[in-house]
Amino acid sequence: MSLLTRTAGATADDATASGRKGPRESLLSRSAALIVMGVFTLYFLLPIWWLFIASTKDRGQLLTTPSLWFADFKLFENIGALASYGDGIYFRWLLNSLGYAGLGALLATVVASMAGYALAKYRFPGRELFFNVVLGGVLVPATALALPLFLLFSQVNLTNTYWAVLLPSIVSPFGVYLSRIYAAASVPDELIEASRLDGAGEVRTFFTVSVRLMTPALITVFLFQFVAIWNNFFLPLIMLRSEEFFPVTYGLYAWNTQLNQIPELRTYVLVGSLLSIIPLIITFLLLQRFWRNGLGSGSVK
Amino acid sequence: MSVAVRASNRPPKERRRRVAHKGAIGMFLTPFGVLFGLFYLLPIGYAIWQSLLVVERDGTYGAPRQVFGWFTQYALVLQNGPFWESVGRVLLFGVVQVPVMLGLALLFALLLDSPALKGKRFFRLAFFVPYAVPGVIAAIMWGFLFSPNLSPFTGVTQSIDFLSPELVLWAIANVVTWVYVGYNMLIIYSALLAIPQEIYEAARLDGAGQVRIAWSIKIPMVAPAIVLTAIFSIIGTLQLLAEPQVFRSFSSAVSSTFTPNMTVYATNSIPNINLAAAFSVVLALATFVLSFAFLKLTQRKADR
Repeated sequence: MSLLTRTAGATADDATASGRKGPRESLLSRSAALIVMGVFTLYFLLPIWWLFIASTKDRGQLLTTPSLWFADFKLFENIGALASYGDGIYFRWLLNSLGYAGLGALLATVVASMAGYALAKYRFPGRELFFNVVLGGVLVPATALALPLFLLFSQVNLTNTYWAVLLPSIVSPFGVYLSRIYAAASVPDELIEASRLDGAGEVRTFFTVSVRLMTPALITVFLFQFVAIWNNFFLPLIMLRSEEFFPVTYGLYAWNTQLNQIPELRTYVLVGSLLSIIPLIITFLLLQRFWRNGLGSGSVK
Repeated sequence: MSVAVRASNRPPKERRRRVAHKGAIGMFLTPFGVLFGLFYLLPIGYAIWQSLLVVERDGTYGAPRQVFGWFTQYALVLQNGPFWESVGRVLLFGVVQVPVMLGLALLFALLLDSPALKGKRFFRLAFFVPYAVPGVIAAIMWGFLFSPNLSPFTGVTQSIDFLSPELVLWAIANVVTWVYVGYNMLIIYSALLAIPQEIYEAARLDGAGQVRIAWSIKIPMVAPAIVLTAIFSIIGTLQLLAEPQVFRSFSSAVSSTFTPNMTVYATNSIPNINLAAAFSVVLALATFVLSFAFLKLTQRKADR
């Protein structure tokens, strides 16, 4: 239960912090803290603000008007132009990204949670060996696997397909690790025993009873994997040749490399970048509770 | 890591018992086991195998064929100047960028945790937002911000060329820092929240101020979280690819072999897959050794 209780504490921290007893902080240290955080807020948010402003301008005003404030508001015209450029290839990229990350993370979560659950709740020979090999996998960075995967996929002629990016994304050793800790802490043996007495099979017990108790961990695993796939650049870069399979990051990268030859792409790169990060930022802010869950559990000692 | 240790401390009599629910265990483990084998273990094995092969031709125009060549590719890796330059470059990058980033993350986490700061929720969110921006997009954005013409800070970018050969490495370091400070801040912050409040009460009764509490209690207690973020950052630094690859469009100072992974990609595109495989194996080993050594080093310090 440690994960759950920690989160409950985390969401309530603002209330407890102001309610803490003790001497009031001096005006000096309070304003120093505020100034430091204020300056860095500018550092973190100004680039995104700039991107938003730049996306609302047409090509001429982008260079001639002050870049941190609005000129003529052309955001929707720009989006329209982006949608029609190259037969709407941009939105195909966006859908590809959603497909790779959404489907990949969903399958990864199901597969990892089953394995983590089995490692937590059953005793069998080789269990620790299995777990330790998976833990070693957590330390192997995704980029180190990109070239080996490419060599392997080209042996079976699967490079430059959806499969080349999707299949490797279904494996999440971190997901197994997190599911195991969480299942061990949150699924009581008595409950599984009771379900057995009711005549439910092991697999059915998992999908009807245990999964519900593991939900916070599963959402965390899904989120981490979603972002990992969405951000993975090396795998699509090395696997894909045809732009119809590109995820949005690779597509924008490809456009960005052609800016010198095709200057009108600049607006599309900017608007495309903005559109591609807005859904992610919103999801992040809505689900940040689960982020802290996963981040906290990573450092469980 | 401690989880594995704890789990293996089961009572010895359990070992002798017959394994119950064999079928279910198989059902649960097989999907992951198969996928892990196919897309983790097999590629690693295959890359090692490929790195031991060399391409031979019969005469100048003969058909190429792969033959076993022992460690020929690794000898070539050792002699490859650009590869080792790229390794040196990311090491220099890491030595500067990782401490700066983690120092900032620690400072922000401590400020978020101190009673002196108002508006914690807002700052926590604002600092975390960049983590939602993929490395490619962040690099495109900062590439424009650094460029002499488009930047909102043309006064700065026209007098200092951040995309010059001397500075472009640090321009990239800025992009990586911008994306990951908030993420590392949250890891350290959630470790701070786990410290029981009573400890502070005792320190306060002894007359310790906030700075003293942060230095003597908070930082030592979140040391494991800092070690974790450091290991992730070291791994990340050695794998650097997306940001410098994007910066190639903005700065001619970024070569195709700027970082080790870019060298792997460029070598594979030649195509020289055997050498690229050897690069990959060396890089993976170096990553493992560095993060492992760092872990051991900090553990020894903690024991003393």
